[in-house]
This record gives sequence, structure tokens and C-alpha cells, in this order.
Amino acid sequence: MSKTGLAAGVIQTSPAGQHPSRSTRRSRRHRSSVLQIVLYVVLVSIAVIYIFPFLIQVATAFKTNPEATANPISLLPATWTTAAFQKLFVHSDFSIWSMNSAIVTVVVTCGRVFFDSLAGYALARLHFRGRDAVFASLIAVMAVPSVVLLIPKFLVINQIGIYDSYTGMILPLLVDAAGVFIMKGFFESIPVSVEEQAHIDGAGTFRVFWSVVLPMAQPALITIIILSFQGSWNELAQFIISAQSPSLTTLTKGVASLTSGQLGQGTQYPLKLAAAALMTIPVAAMFFIFQRRIMNTSEGSVKG
Amino acid sequence: MLILLGLFLVIPVLMALWVSFSDWGGRGSPFSAGVKFVGATNYVSVLSGGGLAEENFGQALRNNAWYTILVVPIQTAVALGLAILVNRAILRGRGFFRTAYYFPSVTSSVAITVLWLFLFSSTGTVNKVLSWVGIHGPNWFNDPNGIITNFLGLLGVRSGPAFLTQNTTLGVSWWSWLGGPSVAMTAFIIMAIFTTSGTFMLLFIAALQNLGGEITEAAMVDGANGWQRFWGITLPQLRPTLFTVLTLGLIGCWQVFDQIYTGTQGAPDNTTLTPAYLSYTAAFNNQQWGQGAAIAFILFVIIVLFTLFQRWALKERAPSKRRMRPYLSAVARGSVGAAGAEEPRNAKETTR
Repeated sequence: MSKTGLAAGVIQTSPAGQHPSRSTRRSRRHRSSVLQIVLYVVLVSIAVIYIFPFLIQVATAFKTNPEATANPISLLPATWTTAAFQKLFVHSDFSIWSMNSAIVTVVVTCGRVFFDSLAGYALARLHFRGRDAVFASLIAVMAVPSVVLLIPKFLVINQIGIYDSYTGMILPLLVDAAGVFIMKGFFESIPVSVEEQAHIDGAGTFRVFWSVVLPMAQPALITIIILSFQGSWNELAQFIISAQSPSLTTLTKGVASLTSGQLGQGTQYPLKLAAAALMTIPVAAMFFIFQRRIMNTSEGSVKG
Repeated sequence: MLILLGLFLVIPVLMALWVSFSDWGGRGSPFSAGVKFVGATNYVSVLSGGGLAEENFGQALRNNAWYTILVVPIQTAVALGLAILVNRAILRGRGFFRTAYYFPSVTSSVAITVLWLFLFSSTGTVNKVLSWVGIHGPNWFNDPNGIITNFLGLLGVRSGPAFLTQNTTLGVSWWSWLGGPSVAMTAFIIMAIFTTSGTFMLLFIAALQNLGGEITEAAMVDGANGWQRFWGITLPQLRPTLFTVLTLGLIGCWQVFDQIYTGTQGAPDNTTLTPAYLSYTAAFNNQQWGQGAAIAFILFVIIVLFTLFQRWALKERAPSKRRMRPYLSAVARGSVGAAGAEEPRNAKETTR
């Protein structure tokens, strides 16, 4: 809707070929400043639509139960209360969930940085038999939707006896095809001469990789870190199928279980929204730290 | 690393393929002696069994099809619109707007679903806003009525013609197939657009920045207006990105799982059931592992087919004469002002 408005609204020019007269040019300037204002109004109102839900989320987390339903739109609670947070930390396993999420996220992120770069380097530089086949299968793997793999993954986890353990939760997430793909692309953009130089100086393949190439790959590595942090922190399905004991519940799973009303009666919106807001903080922090980078990486990734 | 990939991707798929042809009940190993090969029984019961399994699957397919039909075009249009708005040369606070539009994309689907359950509850924020303009909002997540059915209801059409209500496909009546997504599903549709448009906006911004302004400038010199420039010049150049966004959107849409698991578990009246979620419940909750695996494979085939279809539909092919005309003349006139190459001049002659 806004798109059509904009595209149609961009300076209406006179029919092709004719030169605009001076008077139309003046009126056009007037019109374009009006258009500027309209543009900003549109931009700001869309921004409000996109941000307002999150403000409501935080505000409601500090409201009392009756107020949350009675006045769902005010951004300032009439009575401030931290009851929701207290309940979350005292009467639920919220702290266990957070810890599990943190463990999984840290291990998965480290693992992906290591394995993705190693595999990406192998595919970009080392000449071994079947390299093309491996790369083709990588693409194929990327094409398989993860939801389709839920049952297959469970079967393997169950079969090799790592169900309901950190190993079972983490291992399937340790390598991701997309990450290998990104790293491969990056390594290919580094000139080979640098590595040849290091080889001449007597460094082995792994040493070249570790001390010469990897430091150069910092931008790509940061992309991997951002993607895997966000991916594993927000992952739900994988944890549903790989573990069941309460002590292995992650934040996503735990907060999802809150919606079925485990902690007492009523709708308890402040409690649920407090939990949702808290679990958003790490990814939000990550986002704001690397904001410039996130915007730029996606720009780079399409260029290729 | 390759072992890991193999272990968790190739072998699992083969194992699941076996399970989808077996009567494994979830106890012990699916390869133990007690598990029998049952042929295509699982597939048959899902696709034409006439029982609950078929009806659920049909319902899930119906829901997800409507979800996809609405989400993919709208989110692509919104993302492109946002990208064009934000990508203007003179714009104060560009960084702020980009951040604002992208932020919903970083949050987890669980957190956003919890928020949505509140916003769209009967006494929630959305209904409050609707009440300001005199609309009595529905009880979103508890309303199983299709939105097209509702619209027809407003026009006085209460029940469909017999040939639509009598005939069924996959256990779901044609009337129900055509009824549109339920009000509950609509809330999820709005959520999907809200959370994904930011990501795709970034892709479009990147593509727009790589376009370079020469051709657009040439068209401006020719006096092509904004609308013509958008359809004739910008959009064709964005084709590769458009393909990426549509494909990613399509694949994502058929994988709706987290939201349903967190939010409605398929309720009300199975109208938010999706194949992905159905596959999960069939296997993990009802111990119908064969059926669950069969649904997953059918889903996979659906996704592959849609991707292939899209690839075919968006393939570069010679545009029709009617669509060629404004483009050619734009190029011709543009080159007179800018470069003055031979070819476009010929094009100009042929069009005149």
C-alpha cells in the first residue's frame, strides 16, 4: 500500500520529450517538499507499528494481571510491579532455562566458527578427490527444509543413544551448511599468493590456515558468530526432539510451555511477556552491538 | 565435519524413509526384528484413507496453502516497499528506520508468538485499537471461521452451494478449501509479515544499492515518471533478488512450526494446523511414526515442486512486444542523451 503510494508519488514528470516550463518547475519544488513530509509521516508511522509491540511488551511486564487486560495499550503501568519477574525466577525454572540456552548457544557458536571455517577452507583451497561432490551435497543439504528433518534427526539421536543430553541437543547444530557456504565464498576471495608465500616459508596446511588465513577472515567469522548466536538462541524444534527432562529445557522450550498456563490460573500476560522480553535481551544486545555489521554483511552476501 | 554432516543429514533421511514405509511405533529401534515393512500404507492413509489422518492432513494443507498465498506476496511487497522508502538518497534518520524495521526479525519466534497472543487476545491491544474506530474485534486466536466465509456472511451468504459443500478433497469440503484462512490463522499471517519483511528489506536494499543509477538517470532524462521507472527499470533489474526473496519466503512459509507449537497447537478446530506441526504431533505425540515421516516427505516434495515452479515462472524469457515497447523507447531516448550507442538507435527506429 505504501509502496504504490510512493512509486506513484515520485515526482510526476511532464510527458516525455517536452521540457518543463518554469512555472511547473516551481510548483514541482513545492510539491516535492510536501512529498517529503508525506514520506516522513509514512516512515514514522510504519516505524511506530514495528516498534510499538515491543514497548507494550516491556510495559505490560511491569503491570498487574488485571491492568494488563483492562488497559492493554498504555505504555506506563498505573501501578509498577515486578511481581511477574519475581514469580518467573522464584516459582519457575527460568534460571535453569536461561543457563541451558547460554550453554548451548556458546558451544554451538564456537563449534560453528571452528568447523564452518575449517570446512569452508577445505572446499575453497584443498584439492581432494570428490570435492565437487561434497560441495554439491552441501547445496542439497541447504535445500532440505529443517522441519522435514525433525523426525530423521530424532531417529539418529535416539539410535546412537544421545537422546536427552547436552550432546544430543548440541551435536546436530554444530555444523551448518549455510555457514560453510559463507566461509567458502570468503576464502575464495582471498588471493592465493598470501598462502603460497607462507607455504614457501615452510608452514604446513593447517598452520597456514590457522595463523595466516583465519585472521584475514575476521569479517566472515563475525557473520558466522552473529548467525549462529541468533540461530541457536532462538532454536526451538531441535530442542523439542532431542531432550525431554526439565533440567535440559532451554528458554525457547520453557517460555513456550508457559503459554499453556503452567504457573497457576488466569491469563498471566505480565508473566509471559516478562519472560518473552527477557529472552529477547541477548539477541537484541547482539543486534545493537553488531548493527552496522549486520546491515553491511547482508549487503555483501548478495553481491557474489 | 563431513562425518557430522553425513551423520545428521544423509543417514537420518534414509532412516526416516524406512520409517515412513514401516509400522514402527516408537519403541526400541526402528531396525529391530519386530518392525515390519508395510509398503505405502502410511502414505495412503494420509492421502486417501478417508479417516482422521487424511482429514487432518487436508486441513493442514488447506491452512498452510492460504498462509503461503497471503504471506509470500505481501511480505515481498512490504519488504520491497520499505527498501525503496529507506533507500532514498536524501533521508534523515535512515539508520533509525532501517533498525526499526529490521528489529522484529531478530527476536525468536517463541517470544514474538507470546507477544502476539497478548496483542491479539480478546481484550488485547489490537482489539482496543479497533474499538476506537467502532469495530468489535474478533477473539482472534479462538476464531475458526475463514475470513472469506466471514466476508460472504456479511453479504448474506451463509452456506455454500451443494456442489461445493458435498464434494471433498483430502477429507475437506471444497467450500472449506475456499473459505480462506481462519481468523486465528490470519493473526499468524500478520505476524509472519511483521517478522520477515525486515530481513527481506535488507536483501532488497543491498540489491538496490548495487544497481547503480545510470539507467534510472537516463530514464529520468527521457521523462519516464516514477511509476514507469519502477516497473520498467528497477524491478527487472531486481529479478535475481526477487527470486531469492520469493523462494526463501515460500520455503519458510511451508515450515510453520514454532508459532503453532507455542501459540495454538492447531486449535481452534484444527484451523491453524500445518503439515510441519501435524508431522510432529503424529510422530511424537500419537506415536504414529510412519505417518509422521510420510507427512514430512510429502511436505518436502511440495516445497521442491513449488521452488521448481517458481524458478520456471520467473525465468528470463523474451518479454512480449507490448511490454517491450516502453522499455525499448526508454532505452533509445536515454542513449541519445547519455551514450548514443548504435543498437538503441536501431531499436528506436523499429519502434517508430
